[in-house]
Amino acid sequence: MTRVEFWQGNVSVAYGAIAAGCRFFGGYPITPSSEIAEVMAEELPVYNGRFIQMEDEIAGIAATIGGAVAGYKSMTATSGPGFSLKQENLGLAYMAEIPIVVVDVMRGGPSTGLPTSIAQQDVMQARWGTHGDHATIAYAPSSVQECYEVTIKAFNMAERFRQPVLIMSDEVLGHMREKVIVPDNETLTIVDRKRPSCSPEEFIPYRPDPEDNLPPMASFGDGYRWHITGLTHNEWGFPTNCPEEIAKKTARLMDKVNAYRDEIVEYETENVEDADVIVVAYGSVARTALSAVRQARDKGLKVGYFRPVTLWPFPDRELESLAEKAGRLIVPELNFGQMVHEIERAVHGKAAMVQMSLVNGELFQPSEILEKIEEVAR
Amino acid sequence: MRDRYEIRFAGSGGQGVILAAVVVGEAAAIYEGLNSVQTQAYGPEARGGKSKSEVVISRGSIDYPKATSPDLQIILNQTSCDEFIGQTAKGGVVVVDDTYVSSVADSEAEVFMLPIVKTAREKIGRELVTNMVALGVTARVLEKEGLMKADSIKKAILARVPKGTEEMNEKAFNAGYNLMKAIR
Repeated sequence: MTRVEFWQGNVSVAYGAIAAGCRFFGGYPITPSSEIAEVMAEELPVYNGRFIQMEDEIAGIAATIGGAVAGYKSMTATSGPGFSLKQENLGLAYMAEIPIVVVDVMRGGPSTGLPTSIAQQDVMQARWGTHGDHATIAYAPSSVQECYEVTIKAFNMAERFRQPVLIMSDEVLGHMREKVIVPDNETLTIVDRKRPSCSPEEFIPYRPDPEDNLPPMASFGDGYRWHITGLTHNEWGFPTNCPEEIAKKTARLMDKVNAYRDEIVEYETENVEDADVIVVAYGSVARTALSAVRQARDKGLKVGYFRPVTLWPFPDRELESLAEKAGRLIVPELNFGQMVHEIERAVHGKAAMVQMSLVNGELFQPSEILEKIEEVAR
Repeated sequence: MRDRYEIRFAGSGGQGVILAAVVVGEAAAIYEGLNSVQTQAYGPEARGGKSKSEVVISRGSIDYPKATSPDLQIILNQTSCDEFIGQTAKGGVVVVDDTYVSSVADSEAEVFMLPIVKTAREKIGRELVTNMVALGVTARVLEKEGLMKADSIKKAILARVPKGTEEMNEKAFNAGYNLMKAIR
């Protein structure tokens, strides 16, 4: 049976995580993400899960990695300053191939910035925040309903690809309350990590299954021996300086996601078929953009709307063909221009780019984007 | 019902304006089957400071989640009144509290000055229930607009308030409802 709730975006993320099977949360409260920790603290014990408030942000993600290694689907949540602190251990999880979900409810920065105000200044940090090459999967939900849905997907992707998956929420969405139709658990698609089918004696922890190029994952305590390191390692999990082994490992960190790119990429469009101008926006800003696009349509302007649901991998090919037809893109962001460069890369100069930036702690007003549409469409 | 109906509660921190908006949003989403979105803006203080909370209600999908020109504003202090009254939608309704608001700037909206805080203090004996009186006022306006039943808001209140306080809150709600019903 579905049920109707009136939830905050943060609360929706927390219940989505529980529905996905999350049973461990290690974290440190930070505005505007704290409600996620609050709900997990209250609910996880009910499901025989564990919530630990750690001494700081770094320990929060470290515990989350530990929870995942012990066999539990694990999550942590934070905001800008904490997202910065988590970057090093995020890298460890990429390298050691540990499935975790990290939520960043974006607020204004740099530094402690604006705890109670919205920004979209962390979207490039999601891609390049931790050093070293790795593939990134990052969702940017734009409704409270979608917070629930992408959190389940984030866990599924983390489990499937054995790596961190990011949810890039924002202050407006995190604190906003909205109607959510909560699906029946029975109807959900839930992915669990692949476990080794061999005996502990035969287990080679990082040897990929030829079927999907992904190594099955044993849990600590299951009797399978497994060495975890942040150093580049061979299939046995031990550090290596062998160029062949290094190349194999680092390439696989990219390939394991890139090979399934089409199954990961998600986006939404409205009115793009005959559009001369397309507004590309994500997160809470997409809602302002959609309002402006609809108002512009009412005025007879041929304007479309494109929203990447996955910021990474970015729906580049999908946008490129639409952009070529339209010829002009408007990209409003609550930063001085971050995804706009990725969008520029995606469209290969086939469309003119109009960048809009707002960095005052507020959302764009629909009238501001509408004005820009009218100016560009003319 | 119109495509989009916007409500804003504004006052100072501690007056319960955020909870008021949450209750209206819940009434719409859960008891009326409508779509609703509630947002808020407040400073870091727990008491005092400016506090603003909004609900957008619609039968269709709601894109922009905040109010741009509210159809109904319930204003509980002077600074909020000065800042927000001019933003009211054409033909919209503004209800201001007569204890904390003394001057109301000219506006095209229909403005009512009501003893919201006074009712909470004197009739119920607790200024704490100011927001419940405000919700009673709101319920009457929304009922007259044909947006939702007053009872849905009452149900949402009773589902949310702490056990043992239901009677006081319901009394405050009824008092607010009657304040508005007497004039509209």
